[in-house]
Amino acid sequence: METLLKTKTFADAEINRQLTTEEKIDLLRQMLRIRRFELTALKQYQTSGQMGGFLHLYTGQESVAVGTLSLCGDDDHVIAGYRSHGNALAMGMSMNECMAELFGKATGCSKGKGGSMHFFAPDKNYWGGHGIVAGQTPLGMGLAFALKYQGRKGCCLCFLGDGAVNQGVYQASLNLASLWSLPVIYIIENNQYSMGTSLERSSAFKNCLAARAEGYNLEWDRINGEDIYEVRAKTWTAIQRAHNESRPTVLEINTYRYYGHSVSDANTKKYRNPEEIEKYRKFHDPLQLWQSRLLAEGVITESQIGELDVAAQAEAVAAVQFAETSPLPEPADIFSDVYYEVDEQTPAGRTGKHFFNE
Amino acid sequence: MPKITYRKALNDALAEELARDENVFIIGEEVAQYNGAYKVTEGLWARFGDKRVLDTPITEAAFVGLGVGASMLGLRPVIELMFWSFAYVAYDQIVNNAGCIRYMSGGRIHCPIVIRGPANGGTGVGATHSHTPESILANSPGVKVICPATAYDAKGLMKSAIRDNDPVFVMENTLLYGEIWEVPDEEYLIPLGVADVKCEGVDISLIAHGRAVLTSLKAAEILAGEHGINAEVVDLRSIRPLDEETILQSVRKTHHAVLVDENKPFCSVSAQIASMIQEKAFDDLDAPVLRVCSLDAPAIYSPALEKLQLPTVERIVEKVLEIL
Ligand SMILES: Cc1ncc(C[n+]2csc(CCOP(=O)(O)OP(=O)(O)O)c2C)c(N)n1
Ligand SMILES: [Mg+2]
Repeated sequence: METLLKTKTFADAEINRQLTTEEKIDLLRQMLRIRRFELTALKQYQTSGQMGGFLHLYTGQESVAVGTLSLCGDDDHVIAGYRSHGNALAMGMSMNECMAELFGKATGCSKGKGGSMHFFAPDKNYWGGHGIVAGQTPLGMGLAFALKYQGRKGCCLCFLGDGAVNQGVYQASLNLASLWSLPVIYIIENNQYSMGTSLERSSAFKNCLAARAEGYNLEWDRINGEDIYEVRAKTWTAIQRAHNESRPTVLEINTYRYYGHSVSDANTKKYRNPEEIEKYRKFHDPLQLWQSRLLAEGVITESQIGELDVAAQAEAVAAVQFAETSPLPEPADIFSDVYYEVDEQTPAGRTGKHFFNE
Repeated sequence: MPKITYRKALNDALAEELARDENVFIIGEEVAQYNGAYKVTEGLWARFGDKRVLDTPITEAAFVGLGVGASMLGLRPVIELMFWSFAYVAYDQIVNNAGCIRYMSGGRIHCPIVIRGPANGGTGVGATHSHTPESILANSPGVKVICPATAYDAKGLMKSAIRDNDPVFVMENTLLYGEIWEVPDEEYLIPLGVADVKCEGVDISLIAHGRAVLTSLKAAEILAGEHGINAEVVDLRSIRPLDEETILQSVRKTHHAVLVDENKPFCSVSAQIASMIQEKAFDDLDAPVLRVCSLDAPAIYSPALEKLQLPTVERIVEKVLEIL
């Protein structure tokens, strides 16, 4: 923590010097909201009996989503994998619609049809939430392609894990993104594990994972994710490159997850030792570090931090209340949102049999 | 009426839709400067330029996924697969992303893409290049699958596919690209989900899609000429959505059905239709519903034998004579 506070360089980056006090506090607010949301979701998963499936918590990685997405302009778009509640909240989705989705309720962001791995908010430029490891990587390139095709100044930030980099479709996407000069930024959230497999046991590389981009003639950079200033400074360079030169970038952000891969990860204390987790919680926690930084800069007080945390917790609790009291989807809803033309009752949607239930 | 090839009919459909809608673009391997591996996109790059017709590297998963992503922001990609057999490389993008994104987003996203290319055996290219994945893909709710058998249908269906707001997979046939049919000059559309009775009859219904329709029509001629049997040939044209009514009407009239299908028999399109007929027209049937499918093994290379592996006129006639 001390070494970090000593490095002034990234705090001095133009994009960070522009930050107002309120914006700096908002970065903390967003991280606290994500942390409180995830912890509340975990508790509900274990006690409510209303959630099913997987729940991949973002806890420990908050500075990545909050730092990068704080830079998004009106026409910048985001797509992510399944550990993406943080991205969803940082893109402006409400805790209510997210929690209700986890509860499988009709008021969920995806009407209870997507679940934890599949949050979407296209109106907020958030394109999911994707459950297949690296399946989102060509989609991110497609969003960037569409922006370029339509002559819009924007880019796509496409998140993936350190395990996802070994999927062929990601490598294929780097090639095409570079070949066609698309404004996409691949952000590898390197939390050092893919399920129970450590980075060393899953990837062959020289230097770092992002450096593989060299082979595709792509710019890349590596970021210490615990420092929001660094995350913002380096991501901003990539965004500028996308906006002004329509060139892609690969960023690798080092980070750490505190909990198991999903809630049910019986081996979470076997493939890594508890001291390692403790070390990260104690010395590398992005929230703690940012709080210390803001205190040192004199832009916030301890009591203000406490208030923000209380507010985040209250918001999460209210979201549970909202989710609990929301209606379930109707059985008939199983058949809506399958075909656009059917939902919209267009002539095409009324022609021929679309469903084969009996 | 002018006569043009199936290939030209597709080419005209693509050109008309490119001209009509700025958001339509074509991507795939060799579609632009090379004019298409099977020349379906011939001349389109010269006419519409780099922005609208794009050559991709050999990277099906990446360019199909790119198309899906681009469609989410309002573009309407027409993605060529040099062979539908290569779809398996991009299966995740096709089924999980194109097929499920609308559902998983609770209807907040839709995916107006077309994926097209040939899906047929019979050309001596071996098992890896001879798949007919219409049954596999039609198994995924959220996608649409069409299999035009004639130039007229190919053009009208392709135009509807491009205008459709759901993912539509168009399965063409390399053996048909050079065949000629009458196609009017005036614009027309053929809706998805409407079958076509290609030849009327009263004694038996031959129900088929794609090139099997043409095989069935030849069988119908022989049945009429040599056996005095008056067969009706129903062309499904669209697999999903499916025109069940036209199938049932035909069966209720003829009381007999033989399903002809270039799929392998297990879980094929014809298996679905056989199930549907027995469920909905059992009392109208005077005989079991029989099928003529591709013989159940990977597609053999040996050109002489491969012809026998696909449904043949002889096998259709034989099957019909089993029940009539
Ligand atoms: C194609 C595919 N293979 C396997 C899985 C199962 N799976 C889900 S997450 C995961 C680990 C991925 O790790 P990483 O990319 O590092 O992301 P992280 O979980 O660390 O955020 C695995 C194996 C999957 N969802 N999709
Ligand atoms: Mg990981």
